[in-house]
Amino acid sequence: MHDTGGIENNRRYEGNVCVKDQVDSYVTEDGRTIGPVVMEMKNITLRFGGVEAIKDISFDIREGEIRAIIGPNGAGKSSMLNVISGFYVPQEGEVWYKGARRPPMKPFQVAQQGIARTFQNIALFEGMSVLDNVMTGRLTHMKTGIFSQTLWKGRAEREEIENREVAEKIIDFLEIQAIRKTPVSRLPYGLKKRVELARALAAEPLLLLLDEPMAGMNVEEKEDMSRFILDVNDEFGTTIALIEHDMGVVMDLSDRVVVMDYGKKIGDGTPHEVRNNQEVIDAYLGVSHD
Amino acid sequence: MPEQLAYTIEVFLNGLMAGVLYALVALGFVLIYKASGIFNYAQGVMALFAAMTLVGIQNGQVPFAHLINAIFGTDVHKFGWSVHSFVAIALTVVVMIGLAWAVQRFVFRHLVGQEAIILFMATIGLAYLLEGVADLMWGSELKALDVCAAEGVCLPQGLNSWIDETTFETFGYGFFIDNLDIVASIVAAILVVGLVMFAQYTKQGRAMRAVADDHQAALSVGVSLNFIWILVWSLAGFVALVAGIMWGAKSGVQFSLSLIALKALPVLMLGGFTSIPGAIVGGLIIGVGEKLFEFLIGAPFLGGATENWFAYMLALLFLVFRPQGLFGERIIERV
Amino acid sequence: MFYREAGDFNTSYAEDQQTFPIKFDRYRYYVVLFIAIVVVPFTVNDYWVNSIFMPFLIYTIAAIGLNILVGYCGQVSLGTGGFMAVGAYACYKLMTAMPEVSMFIHVLLAGVITAAVGVLFGLPSLRIKGFYLAVATLAAQFFLVWLFNRFPWFYNYSASGQINAPERDTFGIIITGPSTEAWAAYAFCLVFTIFSAYVARNLTRGSVGRKWMAIRDMDIAAEIIGVNPLRAKLTAFAVSSFFIGISGALFFAIYLGAVEVGEAFGIQKSFLVLFMIIIGGLGSIFGSFAGAAFLVLLPVALKVVGVDLLGWPTDIVAHLQLVIVGLLIIVFLIAEPHGIAQLWRVAKDKLRLWPFPH
Repeated sequence: MHDTGGIENNRRYEGNVCVKDQVDSYVTEDGRTIGPVVMEMKNITLRFGGVEAIKDISFDIREGEIRAIIGPNGAGKSSMLNVISGFYVPQEGEVWYKGARRPPMKPFQVAQQGIARTFQNIALFEGMSVLDNVMTGRLTHMKTGIFSQTLWKGRAEREEIENREVAEKIIDFLEIQAIRKTPVSRLPYGLKKRVELARALAAEPLLLLLDEPMAGMNVEEKEDMSRFILDVNDEFGTTIALIEHDMGVVMDLSDRVVVMDYGKKIGDGTPHEVRNNQEVIDAYLGVSHD
Repeated sequence: MPEQLAYTIEVFLNGLMAGVLYALVALGFVLIYKASGIFNYAQGVMALFAAMTLVGIQNGQVPFAHLINAIFGTDVHKFGWSVHSFVAIALTVVVMIGLAWAVQRFVFRHLVGQEAIILFMATIGLAYLLEGVADLMWGSELKALDVCAAEGVCLPQGLNSWIDETTFETFGYGFFIDNLDIVASIVAAILVVGLVMFAQYTKQGRAMRAVADDHQAALSVGVSLNFIWILVWSLAGFVALVAGIMWGAKSGVQFSLSLIALKALPVLMLGGFTSIPGAIVGGLIIGVGEKLFEFLIGAPFLGGATENWFAYMLALLFLVFRPQGLFGERIIERV
Repeated sequence: MFYREAGDFNTSYAEDQQTFPIKFDRYRYYVVLFIAIVVVPFTVNDYWVNSIFMPFLIYTIAAIGLNILVGYCGQVSLGTGGFMAVGAYACYKLMTAMPEVSMFIHVLLAGVITAAVGVLFGLPSLRIKGFYLAVATLAAQFFLVWLFNRFPWFYNYSASGQINAPERDTFGIIITGPSTEAWAAYAFCLVFTIFSAYVARNLTRGSVGRKWMAIRDMDIAAEIIGVNPLRAKLTAFAVSSFFIGISGALFFAIYLGAVEVGEAFGIQKSFLVLFMIIIGGLGSIFGSFAGAAFLVLLPVALKVVGVDLLGWPTDIVAHLQLVIVGLLIIVFLIAEPHGIAQLWRVAKDKLRLWPFPH
């Protein structure tokens, strides 16, 4: 088993790229290199009024890995993802990102740092076409000011085309070329999920958060989605943190798993370790809490 | 008692009375909003429409007389009878119920499930439509409205001499308070109590609250949404009629009557769209606030007529710090 | 038969992104521009300019402005009249303070000043949403009208409380005041209308427009993908108010010549422009043109039919107009929330396939 805790500050970052420290990285069975820790949650506690949604949870996410967060309904998984993406601010605890403590920031600032996500209930822009939705994913990369845009010709148009090329690559990758100009509101559920993934990928994120990417899908769609997730991780080297209910899928996809129950962390490790953890088994089979 | 203080108290009391009338209009908004999520901009025009209909029926006017005359070249104006106030009020209530049915049947039934802002814009369209219909039906000239139970027993006008004399004897300064405002306050209080009782203790009231909570859940236990919505619009129409009578008796029935709806909007923003007590407290705050502001700051320092915008500015500032209003439900955002 | 698209391929992203990707549309657009610029100025008379062309052009600018805020960014505003008043009074102060400067500069500056005021009143939009915001913008409407009414500095202490446009020329051609020729006023407004449409189109097709639309469709999701909501909303308020200010300045200086603020820029004006974009089409530049044209032509047509042809009294026709406008709003919201622009799009798609329906 590799070491999950005790991360020292011996890593250097240049821009967004981590200068890999060979001591921290390892190679998986299928030959992918998992890098050092890119994000670490330290003793996070989140309360809504009197309800504690997350109780003192710590875990980390390594570069290039697929990290799953699982747990029964109401365990606080989505809240955890919302903490990572800056939508909720935890009352206690620290979020470390790329070797530095992340100050409290707004969700859009988090996105600008290279964290993209999808949503449990699809949150696409229904009034726009698929292409426009994917292009919104590029917004953090588009920098021309409002005055260049009023002229259009020149910088604005050049930037638009450059970013369109990236967006089209993602569209090709996820095999949604045919529906590029279709309004999103006309798409079936499974395709919407895929478009949402495309929008997140278009941001070329360092860390991709997927909130139940396979909820409500049939077996075939689940297989497709699993393949896309693996491909994304493999081809772009994107670090992925995902929440999922389907245990089979989680065990097949992820490198490491965090198990939550009633806002507490009850397990953390490889799928194999987690599967044999007594507390996890209890939580899933239902042992009374007292 | 120093004179300035006495003036201020008088202004305060008058503001309170005006606030009651604002609250009355705001009440109509809250009823419809709670049950259907529609923010009914047309509430003010409904008050105008109700008041015009009442006057028209009282005076025995022929509906659409001008239009009929224009099209057929005839010269009809009046039936030549006048109707007793109570009968006229009853007939107007029937008209308002008919209006409620028509609005539900022809407009909002087709807009179920639309975004709130679309519904809001539809009610602006409805306001224009109703205003046009009211003008075509009864003519757009200024009309006097007087509701009388019997010969000589009418809605009171002018200042209340009893209050004037009593306060003069005690404080050395007679307070000027309108009789009509006092009646309006009493009527408003009765109306509010009645509505709350209706909502709490009757079967229809319970169904209404169920619909307000959750449309689908209400449907699944056998509440007819259509019926409830017509009921709510009828109630709002009734409240509009009461507001129309009070305002109409005060300053005549004319187009500006519908502008009280605009005043009710900041009342709602203060009180929250979903709260009946909020509408009342909000109305009182706005009524008192704008009168006092005009008296103490507006007229002496800003050239007067601050009543035009004070309510909105107050509501705007208030909203920035407490977006859900005084009594509104707290908004928690989720993803 | 009208559209022959076979062989008309877009081979680059630039071509795919152009405003009129279909050849036939492009040519039709050039023809319309040609007629508007070259033919109309030499053929119109006073009546046509004053009762149709000028209000159409000026309201189109206001509608484009409001459409950016409501149709693209989803922030409903009922303060249009107030912002038009800001443009008008800013233009008036500039005209009287600096008579020698070109009117083009004055009108543009009036737009800039209105943009600043718009941003100020847009600030609460971060906390307030939906119709709460709509009601909050009423504060702008009433406060601004009151302000221009009560403080004589704004109307240069004139006895009547009105503002009157003094005679000004640009490039030696008189464009304000009573001795203005119809074609000059028309041409001056046309320049601004084309400019507004061009700028609005460019802004709405790029990243700025996508930020607006993202905020409109789902503000929380927009924020999480990296859109700064306050900045996006404030740019929308700024750009929108800029256009509305220009239209207010033109409305006062070129069209009316003399203005009493409560009458010309009251709440009714706010609703009129809002109706234009609902009927024309929310989130469509073409819709702004169509809506403005429709609501400018409707009263003229009703007057011609009702008063001139049938001989009805004017007040009945005016009431009928209220009924018709109200009905149209409701019908459009029910049947076609995207307005005339969407009807046009559907008709075009049918035409593209015609005569073969599949």
